[in-house]
Amino acid sequence: MEWNFAPVIANLDILLLGLLNTLKVTGLALSLGVPLGLGLALMRLSQNRPISMISEFIIEFFRTTPPLVQLFWFFFAFPILFNINMTPYLAAVVTFSIQSSAFFAEIFRSGIQSIDHGQWEGSKAIGMTRNQSLRRVILPQAVKRMIPAFMERSIELLKTTTLVSTIAYTDLMYQANSVAQSTFRPLEVYSVIAAIYFILIFGFSQLSIVVEHRLAKSGEGTVN
Amino acid sequence: MDHNWDFATIFTNWRVYWVGLQATLLMFGVTVTLGMLGGLLIGILRYIKHPAAAWPARAFVEVFRNTPVLVQIIWFYYAFPILTGVETSPFLAAVLGISLNTMAFSAEIYRAGIQSIDKGQWEAGKAIGMSFTQTLRRIILPVALKRVLPALTNRGIEVFKMSTLASIVAYNETLSQAKLIAELNYNPIESYTAVAIIFFVVLYPVVQGTYALERVLNRSDR
Amino acid sequence: MSELIRVENLHKSFGTLEVLKGIDLHVNSGETLVLLGSSGSGKSTLLRCINFMETLTSGRILLNGDAIGSETRGKITYKESDLCKLRTRIGMVFQHFNLFPHMTVLQNVMEGQLTVLGRDKAEAAEKSMIQLTRVGLADKAAEFPSRLSGGQKQRVAIARALAMDPDVMLFDEVTSALDPELVGEVLKTMRQLAEEGMTMICVTHELGFAYHVANRVLFLNEGTIHEEGDPQSVLRNPQTKRMKEFLEGHALFKLPE
Repeated sequence: MEWNFAPVIANLDILLLGLLNTLKVTGLALSLGVPLGLGLALMRLSQNRPISMISEFIIEFFRTTPPLVQLFWFFFAFPILFNINMTPYLAAVVTFSIQSSAFFAEIFRSGIQSIDHGQWEGSKAIGMTRNQSLRRVILPQAVKRMIPAFMERSIELLKTTTLVSTIAYTDLMYQANSVAQSTFRPLEVYSVIAAIYFILIFGFSQLSIVVEHRLAKSGEGTVN
Repeated sequence: MDHNWDFATIFTNWRVYWVGLQATLLMFGVTVTLGMLGGLLIGILRYIKHPAAAWPARAFVEVFRNTPVLVQIIWFYYAFPILTGVETSPFLAAVLGISLNTMAFSAEIYRAGIQSIDKGQWEAGKAIGMSFTQTLRRIILPVALKRVLPALTNRGIEVFKMSTLASIVAYNETLSQAKLIAELNYNPIESYTAVAIIFFVVLYPVVQGTYALERVLNRSDR
Repeated sequence: MSELIRVENLHKSFGTLEVLKGIDLHVNSGETLVLLGSSGSGKSTLLRCINFMETLTSGRILLNGDAIGSETRGKITYKESDLCKLRTRIGMVFQHFNLFPHMTVLQNVMEGQLTVLGRDKAEAAEKSMIQLTRVGLADKAAEFPSRLSGGQKQRVAIARALAMDPDVMLFDEVTSALDPELVGEVLKTMRQLAEEGMTMICVTHELGFAYHVANRVLFLNEGTIHEEGDPQSVLRNPQTKRMKEFLEGHALFKLPE
């Protein structure tokens, strides 16, 4: 057998459109998933028992069920249940926003809980409310510690978005399938998109390592 | 929301789900075993930094950690046979993709575990005349493995969820079977909800167990 | 001298463990009170109840004659907003400083004034510099806490509490986490505050400080006030066996006179 990349190069525009859509879904799910995750984390840390339990259930449910099952549910079941139109794009964004928010919630929670209890006391003693303490004192410190975990989770999200190809959203994976079928060159096509994903993800994880080192160097931890 | 939930067809078709669940468990059993054992080997290779082993081990880990599992499965299903002339069944393609991916992830877990052990332990082993492998097997690994147990369990949970990806190459695991039922009976709501519930019911106790394990391990040693 | 704080029949339990078993206490304006006691005697808990860092199990606390909390049908409830307002009038300094590591010294001192008191930036900065000068750290205003010594951190924490213009200051073992040679600078700052007329309640193991600075010393034992009086008589002539043992424990390895 012989490698022949000409068909791949001829269809590069199709693959690049797929890459763009992959980044679009990832970016959108990220920008919705992070605030949603913060909300879930705050609910889970709430002193109100029922609120905390509801949030815990949502988080655990979306962490323990496979993302592909969630995607199928939001694409095939959800529209019938609520009688709305669901496009592959919308289903992908909804699924991955909620799915990643469950993971982000746990990152937020462990970040907030990692902050020394004295920080709550210090802000409480100068008359701050719980919300003020959280916003001004706890979160700014916690977010810095959470950045490595955030980046790791974002990488996982990027990888998970390949699933949208199964409901016919034109991401990189889906475009690769159609190019492979039309050119009869699956070996070259799938090897090339594997390489594209690798460059993207490897680059991003190298970046996160650099950021992590920077943070470790500048890190002043808690005062003690 | 005026949908009338009707799980009757799910119960009458329980055998279809049962076939799927068995296939899921088989897939999980094979991939988790290969992945965790192979990962241990690669993790040790990564740790010892032997010039002949270090580079290939690193390359393996980076490639399989930094590409999506689905791409790996599809590659093994469609591209690998062309490259090697070896036909891959849906089962084999999924096993290869998921196992190799798991090997790469668990290798890094093992490596971090071994690295977390105090250098003094190696020196103590050496001082009483133990060889490298003896020290590794008798002193370092028992403690390191205990430390990484929660991380490995979490990885195992991910592997279990990953088994659904085999449905994409038409392996008849739980999600494929649910899809079949959904299409035959026009009841996607119940059939997919049932899969979600099955996974939740299986994994929720495992997740809770992991939390308990972490608490126990945090209390003992360190 | 007017009465600033009154504690009436204060009980505090953690679960089944009763830490405070009915404390009555009053502090006059301008007075320095020192709470002594071995660990587990409840002295820190008592201090933390005064500004409601801990919720009371029963009893009540009056500030300037006003009872804190609202009483309905014999049960006292506390609103978060009321407690926050209260804490601006009662400053507190902790054993482990609890400075905010992501803010500079100046920002630390300004923070409460900005977010809680609603002062504008210029005013808050000005007041902060006055307090930092008072504790001798005006030149460190732009530093981050991580660059300071323990003693300097603790003086910043004192300035942060003072910047809220509190009526009374609580000190919770503020020198216990410091290296021995840094204890002096913090005690000196506290003594200076006492001399300037600040009302202070201090939990401390520094008997010398109690002897020279306090107007009154309270010895806590097993959740009750065991002995009370002016420092000269209490520390020189303890009346109870427990107090004697406590003082002997502290004097075990003193340099010979």
